This record gives sequence, structure tokens and C-alpha cells, in this order.
Amino acid sequence: MEQVALLVAATLNSGTVLALAALGLLINERAGIVNLGAEGIMLVAAIAGFATAVHTGNDWIAFAAAGVAGAILAAAFGVLVIWLNTNQYATGLALSLFGAGFSAFAGIRYTQEKLGEHRAFEIPGLADLPFVGPALFRQHPMVYLAIALAIAIAWFLYRSRAGLVLRAIGESPESAHALGYPVRRIRLLAVMFGGVMCGIAGAYISVVYTHLWVEGMTAGKGWIALALTTFATWRPARVLLGAYLFGGVTMLQLQLQGEGVQLSSQFLTMLPYLATILVLVLISRNATFIRVNMPASIGKPFFPD
Amino acid sequence: MTRLSKRSFVQLAGWGSLAALALLAGCSKEEKTTTTTAPAGTTTTTTTTTTAAAPAPATSASGPLKIAFAYVGPVGDGGWTFAHDNARKAIEKEFGDKIQTSFVENVPEAADAERVFRDMVSQGNKLIFGTTFGYMEPMLKVANDTPNVMFEHATGYKQAPNMRTYDSRTYEGAYMAGVIAGGMTKTNTLGVVGSVPIPEVVRNINSFTLGAQSVNPKIQTRVVWVNKWFDPPNETAAAQSLINGGADVLMQNTDSSAVLQTAGKAGKYAFGWDSDMTAYSPNAHLASAVINWTPYYKKATQEALDGTWKGGGHTWWGVKEGAIDIVSISDKVPADVKDKVEKVKAGLKDGSFVIWKGPITSNDGKEILAKDAVADDKFLGGINFFVKGVEGKVPGADKK
Repeated sequence: MEQVALLVAATLNSGTVLALAALGLLINERAGIVNLGAEGIMLVAAIAGFATAVHTGNDWIAFAAAGVAGAILAAAFGVLVIWLNTNQYATGLALSLFGAGFSAFAGIRYTQEKLGEHRAFEIPGLADLPFVGPALFRQHPMVYLAIALAIAIAWFLYRSRAGLVLRAIGESPESAHALGYPVRRIRLLAVMFGGVMCGIAGAYISVVYTHLWVEGMTAGKGWIALALTTFATWRPARVLLGAYLFGGVTMLQLQLQGEGVQLSSQFLTMLPYLATILVLVLISRNATFIRVNMPASIGKPFFPD
Repeated sequence: MTRLSKRSFVQLAGWGSLAALALLAGCSKEEKTTTTTAPAGTTTTTTTTTTAAAPAPATSASGPLKIAFAYVGPVGDGGWTFAHDNARKAIEKEFGDKIQTSFVENVPEAADAERVFRDMVSQGNKLIFGTTFGYMEPMLKVANDTPNVMFEHATGYKQAPNMRTYDSRTYEGAYMAGVIAGGMTKTNTLGVVGSVPIPEVVRNINSFTLGAQSVNPKIQTRVVWVNKWFDPPNETAAAQSLINGGADVLMQNTDSSAVLQTAGKAGKYAFGWDSDMTAYSPNAHLASAVINWTPYYKKATQEALDGTWKGGGHTWWGVKEGAIDIVSISDKVPADVKDKVEKVKAGLKDGSFVIWKGPITSNDGKEILAKDAVADDKFLGGINFFVKGVEGKVPGADKK
């Protein structure tokens, strides 16, 4: 029983990285922009956050710095694809290459650095409950914040006027433009929000999850987050489900290996991808549903004149 | 129609220019990392007339011997590549202006490596070290084309008249770490985060377990594979799952310090691997099993300078030659365990102690080595089973 509680706790912890990044990417994709630079942004933010944490010793300042770094990169990407109409996919790929190289360069002197020994987090009162305490209430505050953000984003998209405008822009930027909405500015804001979230996700990896900085440390998490938004048909609740599912199956397969289960480890390593794709494809197998949720203008350039 | 095609043309141009940009960025990065760190301008000795026309790797006294290193990772990885670069610095200090060294970091284990080796040759390097398994084929190719240059390849098995291989007995470090782990565990459960299930790693896991069992026969070792050499988030997840499963001392055969840091966060113990990792988590760190490449690099350089360097052959050094050590043993380790480690180390040094000596049984009950039988290097090179006390099976082992 204790094992299960620990598994749930580890799932929340490892799923949070994907949840944060994918929720951010969901917003900018809802506005019609695909940012393939997510991995690069996460890497740059991971070193920005780590360096800040080393110098200040404060997680929150580190997250703020990472968010700012993510926003700057995303803004550069946004200006290129929104105003200069460069190809979104090519520009995104260039950004992810740039991010990998730049973070390696900027992080040279931080590979040997360490953060102070971390304190444990608990929610007073709840953390001592049997089973649910260790399973749910001993996480870094960012874990709960990610869940709160998912709810806030769902509310924003489906219950607020601003969210409606954002979705309208993603569906048909021409119509939104005709109605007088500043399509390009709103798209830029959406892209920057995505950058901030990817940034926070990157810092979560370096500052909270692994406590270290090494070159290329995100190891593909940005790409998984990108795939997740698509498989989750751009719905916040599904993104969250997919992120925890991926984290959960990853932890479960490692646990099974540790128990000495007679399955090849290469097969088990594949499981998280397989399970996540399978579940998300099954729940969104309705073609109409995909059509309704997929932003119609995604990936396409918009010429206002 | 015209408008459409115009647009796609613009798109194409955008793709092309971006690709070119990315390519440029890649190239310039490569060039930037080529760092020559030698006291330049010391070439003032006499000039002899013999040129390097003969295939013999004799370098005359005309200027310093140029030595180049190709690294798979960044020098600052704190592990594998860091250890190689420390040895490079050591020989530079030792031989002074008789040699001139340079290195290239982050050379991928692919076709690109061949270009790097050719560059090194054209820059006049006479002795070239390639420090990862994946350089084997590209290095062999370049070696065949340039018979007057000496090539040294780490961890490989293919040789040529002007190329030889070298490796270190990392399993001796794993065994000594195991002795400490056996003395420190309270749950009698150890955990290992494995990278890729190849004989070297399996041998390390087994040796770690044998070391632990030498002080505590009840030891069980759990293994989790991440199927990569370097993936900090997954290494963290793997370490966490081992801790959740009851392991309280962890070891890793991966390239980052993530496992050690995770153990630190959870209040458990772990080891440093390849390089001294004390600083990453002083409370969790029990000791570091380190590789010291300096003795071998010194020997190779000396031979190259003397003109006695010979290609072919494989060198596999361990504690005896000073290539493997266990360092920075924590104060938390009780004195009797420390003594035991010192005894093992001394035994390995003078040859009176052998790790892979029977009786050894595999974890499915088969006797692998009979009593007092000693494993030879060929046996050690092909280990694909777990010894008794390790849980599970080596992935893919039953297919052979």
C-alpha cells in the first residue's frame, strides 16, 4: 500500500513537467501558432532558472527568471512567424537547435554547481494522513499550481470572453481581424504565454526535479509536450490526464523493473509512449470532436491585408 | 494559382535559409570548441632532416609531439569526459614543452567523428585519443588512411597496425563501492540505475553485488534500466522508483550525478561514478569510484616520444596500475568497513585478491565459476547474466 502511495507521489512529480509545458503550448496552438522550439526554450530556461537558484537560493525567483527567459525567446519566435511570416515549423526547429546550443554555452560554468540540500515539502495537517498524505500532499507547491493552472486555463478558454476571442483567432484569424481584433498582438501574447510555461517547466526539471544542470538535460521532454497537446485534442483536462498518464506509466515501468519483472527493459521503456498515445487516441477517436477542437488556422501564416 | 506558387516559393526559400543558418550555427559551434590549451611558441629546438615518411611512429626531436583528444561529451560533465580531460592536463604538466595537446568536445558517435579525426591529422597531430566506444569505425578508417599517425581508442575492440585500444576495470571500483554499500544498508536492498545492458554494465552490477555480499550475505540488488547513458530526468525517476521499492543505497552506471542527488533528497545513500562527485550531495555521498586515465596516457605519450609505440593490442588497467580507485569515502562509513575496502584495494594492487573467483552462481542457480576458478578477461568481456542476489534478468540475454 505504501508502494502505491509512493508511486502516485512520483507520478505527480514527474507528470508536472509535461503538464506545465503542454498547457502553455496548448494556449499558443489555440491561437493558431505551433512552436516547435519548446525543447530549446525549456533548455535555456532550465539553465536560467538553475543559475538564478544557485545565486539566490530561492525557487520562486528561479521560476520567475526562467519564465522571463522563456518569454523572451518565445517573443523572438513570435515576431518572426507573426509579423515576418516565416514558416512556423522551420523557425521552431531553428529555435530548438539554437536553444540547445545556447544553453550549453551559457551553462558551462554551472555543470559543477549544486543547489543547497532541499527541504521536504508538506501541507501541514494533510501530509500526515495515512496513504493520501504521502501520495498527494508532500509535493513541491508547483505541482499544485500546475493543477490550478489547468483549471484556470479551462475556465479562460471556455468561460471567458478573452478565451473566446483567442479561440476565434485560432479558427479564423481573417474573421477575427475583420471584427477588429488585433490578431497579431493577441497571437504574440499567446506565444509568449507558451514560452513562459515552457520556461517554468524547464526550471522545474533543473531546480526541483533533478537539482542539477547538464547540457541537453531535458532529454526530449519538450517534444513529448508538443505531441501531447495534439493527442489531447487541445483540451486542458486531457492534457493534464495525458501528462500524468505518461509520468505514471514511466514510474510504473521503472518500478516493475526494480521488482524484477521478466519483461525486456527496452519494451518497458516504450510503454509510457504507447500507453499515452493509445489512451488519448481512444478517448478522442471521434473525428467530429477532433475537427471541432483543432484550431483551423494552426500552422498557417496570416496576412491581414 | 500564381499566387499560391509564389507563396510556396517564399516558404521554400525560408526553409532553405533557415536550414543553412542552422548548419552554420552547428559548424561555428564545432570550431569554437576546438580549444588548444598548450603553451604555444616553444618550437625552437634543432631541425632534423628525417620526415615522417616511415610508417614507424617515431617522432623526431623537431618540435613538440602534437597530441589530440576527441571527447564525446562536454569537459564539464563532471563524469566520464571530465576524467579524460584531467588526464590530458596531467600529461601536459608531466611532459611540459615536449608535447602539445588539444581537444574537441561533443564529438558525436557518428560519421561526423571521422571528419574530426581527419582534421586532427591535417593539423599535424601524431598521437590521437578517441575516448568513446562509438569512435571505433571512423577511427579505424582514418587510421588505415594515415599510417604514420598513432591512434588510441578507449573501450573498443578493433585494432590496426597503428591503432590500439585501452580500457579500465571499472568493475573493481564497483566492487569496492559494493563493500561500502553492504556495510551501510539497513534494508539489505541495494539499487542500481543501469544505462544500457551491455557486458561492461552487467559486470559492474554483478561486482557491486559481490562486494556487498562479501560483508553482508543477505544483500539483494534491484536493477532499473533507463536504456540511455545520459538522461537526467529519467535517471532521477529510476532512482526514485528504486528508493520507493525499499533500496537505501544506490549505485549508477550512467553519466550524470542525478542518482546521487535524488538519493540526497530522499535521505538515502549513493556513490559517485567516474569522477569524484562529493560536492553534488555531501550528505548522501558515500564514496566515488573513479577512473584515472593518467597512468595510461603517460605510458602512451612516453612510448610515442621514445619511438617505441606499437599498434595493435589491448590494455585493460585497474587498481593495480593506478587506473581505478575509490576516493572521498564518507565519515559516515564505519571504520571496519573502511578497513575492509583498504584491504580489498591492497589485495587488488598486489594481485593477492581476485574479484571474479569461484564459487560464483548466477541468480537462476547455475554454477558459473567452480570453487577457486578464476575468470579470464575473455570471460569478463562477455558477462550477460546476473549473479545470485541480483533480481531479474539481463534484458535480451536469453536470446543469445
